[in-house]
Amino acid sequence: MTVFMFAPVAVPLLGAIAYAALGWRAATAWLGAIAAALVLAAGIGVAIEVVDAGQFSAGAGLLRADALTAFLLLVVGAVAVLATVATPAHLAAELEAGRATERTARWHCAAVQLLIAVLSLAVLAADLGMLVAGIEAAVLATGFLVGQGASRAAAEAAWKLVVVCSAGLALALLGTVLIAYVGSDVDGMRIAVVLLVVGFGALAGLAPLHAWSPDAHGQAPAPVAALLSGALLSVAGYGLLRVKALSDLALGITFGRVLLAALAVVSLLVAASLLLAQRDYQRMLAYSSTGQLGLVALGAAIGGPLALTAVLLHLFGHGLAKAVLFLGAGRIRQVTGTSRIDGVRGLAARHPMLAGAFGAGILALLGLPPFSLFASGLGIARAGFAAGLGWLVAPVLVLVLAIAVALIAHTSRMLLGEPPDSPGAATGVVRLPGSTTAALLGGLAVCAAAGIAAEPLATLLRLAADTLVGTP
Amino acid sequence: MTEALYTQLLDLACGGLLLTAALALWRVRLAVVVRVFVLQGVALAGLGAVLAIHGVSVQLWAVAAGLLVLRAGVLPYLFSRAAAAEPVRAAARPLVAGSVSLLAVAALTLLAFVVARPLVELAPPGGGKAASAAIPVGVAVVLTGFFVLATRRGALPQLAGLLLMDNGITAVALLTGAGLALLVQAAVALDVLLVLVILQLSATRTRETVGDTDLDELRELRDS
Repeated sequence: MTVFMFAPVAVPLLGAIAYAALGWRAATAWLGAIAAALVLAAGIGVAIEVVDAGQFSAGAGLLRADALTAFLLLVVGAVAVLATVATPAHLAAELEAGRATERTARWHCAAVQLLIAVLSLAVLAADLGMLVAGIEAAVLATGFLVGQGASRAAAEAAWKLVVVCSAGLALALLGTVLIAYVGSDVDGMRIAVVLLVVGFGALAGLAPLHAWSPDAHGQAPAPVAALLSGALLSVAGYGLLRVKALSDLALGITFGRVLLAALAVVSLLVAASLLLAQRDYQRMLAYSSTGQLGLVALGAAIGGPLALTAVLLHLFGHGLAKAVLFLGAGRIRQVTGTSRIDGVRGLAARHPMLAGAFGAGILALLGLPPFSLFASGLGIARAGFAAGLGWLVAPVLVLVLAIAVALIAHTSRMLLGEPPDSPGAATGVVRLPGSTTAALLGGLAVCAAAGIAAEPLATLLRLAADTLVGTP
Repeated sequence: MTEALYTQLLDLACGGLLLTAALALWRVRLAVVVRVFVLQGVALAGLGAVLAIHGVSVQLWAVAAGLLVLRAGVLPYLFSRAAAAEPVRAAARPLVAGSVSLLAVAALTLLAFVVARPLVELAPPGGGKAASAAIPVGVAVVLTGFFVLATRRGALPQLAGLLLMDNGITAVALLTGAGLALLVQAAVALDVLLVLVILQLSATRTRETVGDTDLDELRELRDS
């Protein structure tokens, strides 16, 4: 069914053209959400097709869909829907506050659609070169979106994102070139795998090339931060999974395992140490992403069907939870005017819905049931112990615990307590825009549903993990 | 073309690549760096041409012509335009400069030859030996680019690092005999990016010479 394969790229492309041509106005406000919903629908279409009939390709062999790409398409589509549903309310508030203009709103929407299109393209790419090219385009679109803030800090964040990620992608590209050359030679393959892992690791915000992530997430507009953390990091994680599969096939499991486990542990260490004294809640969420992607890398290092199924579910749950959290954080910033943790007090009293959704998002992120990150986190840990890597998993669990403590401490300071009573501030409960509420609650609901009843996803997940275990 | 001449020309082109990479690291002034990039683009296109003659390949001739236009023409031109839009101010000193940077190139080149030894040993039987032996040069250019990226302050000097990495990757792709599809993908992934980034950067620069926004210090954002 080639229509399902072209739609995730073509529909948002059309959306981007429409925004560029028509601008941002009442009539086009929901265009983005419709396009994203179509991407998600096409993803579901691909998934059904793949479960029924196995993998298929299109576009002269440039695009390929198997269970893995179908699953990633679902992640990208779901995150895109959340981000675009929350966009009109976000832009309306920014326009009202004078931080955006009709012109920036137009290009914001067009670039977001472009970002969704190239992310879909990267996921559907049949070979590593196309995957890298797709991610590169996504980095560019994101860099543009982050830099739109026009402040000095935004320009710096955008530049860091583009430079660090381009350098990472250049290394990945070199690895891709070498893979074609070395064939089955072990030593040559090792060089290529190291380059690819470091490259995709930079994109996934893993240490040591993680420095772009907190800046970009902190400066990006809320819907963009949601897409960046929920979709772009997931696609980079997917790149890591594919490289690990290639490496396992050519070099045995140990080489890739050592490499990824090292990345995972360093990333979790960085995340834990920088989270403890964090003062900015958007940067806090970004460092949490570094830690979560570290867990994904750990799961990939463990390998095997159980761990890989858990890793994929983890990408899905993390994408949704982070999308909800960044959308919530963007709203918090709009209502409080600050991104500092100590600038936000007693949010629950004035903004109960927003505070509730943000708190629930944090709990989802920490892996509390019923959210799906509970099942996936447990799955990764169990697989680790089963593979005889308990000595590695146990200290990682300590780091995860430290991260959880830091997140709970920071968040409870923001949400609970007495709201500051500044003179002239309106009292009483402030309502959240309906579309934002829908995005926040919808994301949380799907994240919980995937944790409680993963049945519709289970077959797809199992097939996707099989793709990674069996063939490259 | 005899085998000996082919090897000599190949080594000449690769020597040019390495020398220009060292120059790009050594010189700090952007106007000089632009000229170095033109030379490097010519060397890269020359490498493509030598391989095209040796392999009697029309595709490689096309690639060489494309490289000449892009790497010796378009990219340096755009880069120089962006550099011209640069507001006049004291050049930000790189973290590593002068003769120390030349030592760094030497060390990086050694490192490249050590790391890439398995790749050299992979020479395909018959004829490919000279090209494979030169792969470490491409790797050295990539490493030098990474070094420039890491030690330079300011947007344009860092961009120069990316350009170096781009040229190095292309050199490796040519020397490993990567297929046309891969070469084109590499070009699409990096060159389009570079063109767009430079354009965006020079647009921002021109607009902001009035304001005080500049990326040179890059220390607005941190965990404080």
